[in-house]
Amino acid sequence: MSLSRRDFVKLCTGTVAGMGISQMFHPSVCEAISGSLNGSRPPVLWVQGSGCTGCSVSLLNSVNPHIKDLLLDVISLEYHPTVMAWEGEPAMEHMYKIAEEYKGGFFLAVEGSIPVAADGKYCIIGEAHHKEISMVQAMKDLAPKAAAVLALGTCAAYGGIPAAEGSETGAMSVRDFFAQEGIATPVVNIPGCPPHPDWIVGTVVVALEAIKTHGLAAGLGEVVKLLDSEGRPTPFFGENIHDNCPYLPAFDDDKMCKTLSDKDGCRMEVGCKGPSTMADCYKRKWNNGINWCIDNAVCIGCVEPDFPDGKSPFYEM
Amino acid sequence: MSSCKRVAGATGKTTLHIDPVTRIEGHLKAEVVVEGGKVVDAKLSGGMFRGFETILRGRDPRDSSQIVQRICGVCPTAHATASVMAQDAAMDTKVTTNGRITRNLIFGANYLQSHILHFYHLAAQDFVQGPDSAPFVPRYKNSDLLTDRNKGLAAVNAAAVDQYVEALTVRQVCHEMVAMFGGKMPHVQGIVAGGSSEIPTKERLIEYAARFDLVKKFVIEKYLPVVYLVGSQYKDLFAVGQGHRACIAYGVFPLNDAMTEFMLKPGVYYNGQDHALDPAQIHEDVKYSWFDDSTTGLHYSKGQTKPNPHKEGAYSFVKAPRYNGVACEVGPLARMWIENPPLSPIGQKALKEHFGLDAKRFRDLGEDAAFSLMGRHVARAEETWYMLDFIESWLKEVKPGEETYVKPEIPDTGVGTGFTEAPRGSLLHFLSIKDKKIDNYQIVSATLWNCNPRDDKGQRGPVEEALIGIPVPDIENPVNVARLIRAFDP
Ligand code: SF4
Ligand code: SF4
Repeated sequence: MSLSRRDFVKLCTGTVAGMGISQMFHPSVCEAISGSLNGSRPPVLWVQGSGCTGCSVSLLNSVNPHIKDLLLDVISLEYHPTVMAWEGEPAMEHMYKIAEEYKGGFFLAVEGSIPVAADGKYCIIGEAHHKEISMVQAMKDLAPKAAAVLALGTCAAYGGIPAAEGSETGAMSVRDFFAQEGIATPVVNIPGCPPHPDWIVGTVVVALEAIKTHGLAAGLGEVVKLLDSEGRPTPFFGENIHDNCPYLPAFDDDKMCKTLSDKDGCRMEVGCKGPSTMADCYKRKWNNGINWCIDNAVCIGCVEPDFPDGKSPFYEM
Repeated sequence: MSSCKRVAGATGKTTLHIDPVTRIEGHLKAEVVVEGGKVVDAKLSGGMFRGFETILRGRDPRDSSQIVQRICGVCPTAHATASVMAQDAAMDTKVTTNGRITRNLIFGANYLQSHILHFYHLAAQDFVQGPDSAPFVPRYKNSDLLTDRNKGLAAVNAAAVDQYVEALTVRQVCHEMVAMFGGKMPHVQGIVAGGSSEIPTKERLIEYAARFDLVKKFVIEKYLPVVYLVGSQYKDLFAVGQGHRACIAYGVFPLNDAMTEFMLKPGVYYNGQDHALDPAQIHEDVKYSWFDDSTTGLHYSKGQTKPNPHKEGAYSFVKAPRYNGVACEVGPLARMWIENPPLSPIGQKALKEHFGLDAKRFRDLGEDAAFSLMGRHVARAEETWYMLDFIESWLKEVKPGEETYVKPEIPDTGVGTGFTEAPRGSLLHFLSIKDKKIDNYQIVSATLWNCNPRDDKGQRGPVEEALIGIPVPDIENPVNVARLIRAFDP
């Protein structure tokens, strides 16, 4: 048992002491989850489409629990291009084999968007059974077989930068692709460019726990209840940054920063997108609680469906 | 199950496809022809096109440093650095001394992170055997790993695996250092046009320094020794993978405000000679790339990005940059070769002990060993050691509380190029502004330099060329092929 109760409470509440605990993650709930995490590790297949690997790198920064415990004790990561030992066609065929063997019982993690133009040629993820497999093809083959899909990062969740204005690749989000292809597998969006490791780990653990308690279908149903209209888990994306920002009193007093290094006031006039952004960065902070975007410069609204076009220009001075 | 797609030819040649090449950033396929147990031909294919250049057009120039970071989640700080340098030039902004040093502290921490991640989490499984659990299995069957080479060295293998886990924490701590002045990582807010958005405080510098000490200890006590220890077991890999023996570096970590002195200097090396870097000599060919032929041979400042994904005869989304027609490799080896700094005491001792080499500076390794599969790992480790003192000096030089930022004014028109070095190699961003918006943006990244396909003259790209001669004794387990590719951090 490698997730201690203390680790779990930390994960659920963010790292800033005294910021309060979200309703969903009352300590007693945390205790129940962490106390029942023993048992088999569900297989996870992690595929990368049009993305930058930043979501994977961010997940490596997981502190509570440590990424090692997640990889060796919580899930069985059967395919991940950046982490796995193997490569080439046998690695891809292994992925297909696991999808068949665990049909309906594995998680598909998708990082990056799905470029559909030019017959999927803009993203070839490997070869299997002697033919090139595009991201489009891999999604058609794997997604219907998965128990659920985790759309990790803003690219997978909403299209992100590869789908921004000017893109020629037809990049689209998992949910739009599923709508187009009639794929009914449940999707949980964990946006962020990249997502905070706690958002990923927290969602995975909550899903596993719900499934253990209620069985697969009903457990996933419980998870879906936690999602907002954009498909994001409300425990992490349920609150507006601006409404909870430590600079809100300054905003109310109309005390505004004039430049990016001037930290004496609200960042609104230099471009902050906190008012149109839903995430708990203000209490969780980043990189083990070291810092966050607004303390440093501005929020660019990286978790929102309209990122980047609707959040641009990022700086307004 | 065969380990990769094989097409046996009538002439005793076998073509292997390795797709995907894993433990890299991005999508890469290697197609190699093996004859007589060696690679005799190679093609490298980049399988992804996102089109950042076209996505950037028409946007506020200041947005570019955020957008381009999303090119690579391993080295976003490098793209941010190149972008803000291009913006500073195009907007004619003079960055303050404190801004320059703070940028170095952010970017420097990511260098440490990137090199440690590369060796332990991307490359190490090419040499040692991980636990018998996913994602460490399945793996190559006869993988020629340390445990097979010398049964007595199982302890070394175990130590390296322990270090793999320890290094996960160390690289995470490096990201904390990036975040201190960068806001968060991956994808920082703190590297902005005009300098850096966070003025270091005394407290923050102390926190940074404490983490730096931990990382430094790991580099000196674990990373450097293990690279030489592993290297001593794979001496044959110092004799393969030389490639074109040509390299280029743009200079990185400016040490003065005029940006004329660097921790690692710019330069070019080919035909056994050193040359001064002249950016006018950089052109990009696309004959074998899925881009429109009308855009071939252009200088980066005239660069165009017109994808043609079904173009006959092409095999990659990577363009082929050339310096004066020469295919140059980039990365730690290139930088270390061009700078030729002193080697670490650990390195000097190990080279003497294991190789009988009296080496004081990097070039004492000799061209054969330096430009080799293992030489590239040594260069990366030595570079990590070399930069430790510089980070310490920046920590002393930076002035708590002193301005790091000047507000840039977006001009109606302007052009600028940002030259820097990502941990994995040379990176340039070219920006031109028209009507206060981005008119053209061109990126020539390290992957473009190293992993390109043939140029218009049919000349192989650097990694393609370095693959020639790589031993593949067991066609079912072509472990050396990806070892060579990953040594570049593609
Ligand atoms: S800094 Fe941003 S999120 Fe905070 S109060 Fe100001 S506008 Fe709102
Ligand atoms: S503060 Fe804003 S830009 Fe930063 S991670 Fe949170 S949502 Fe994204």
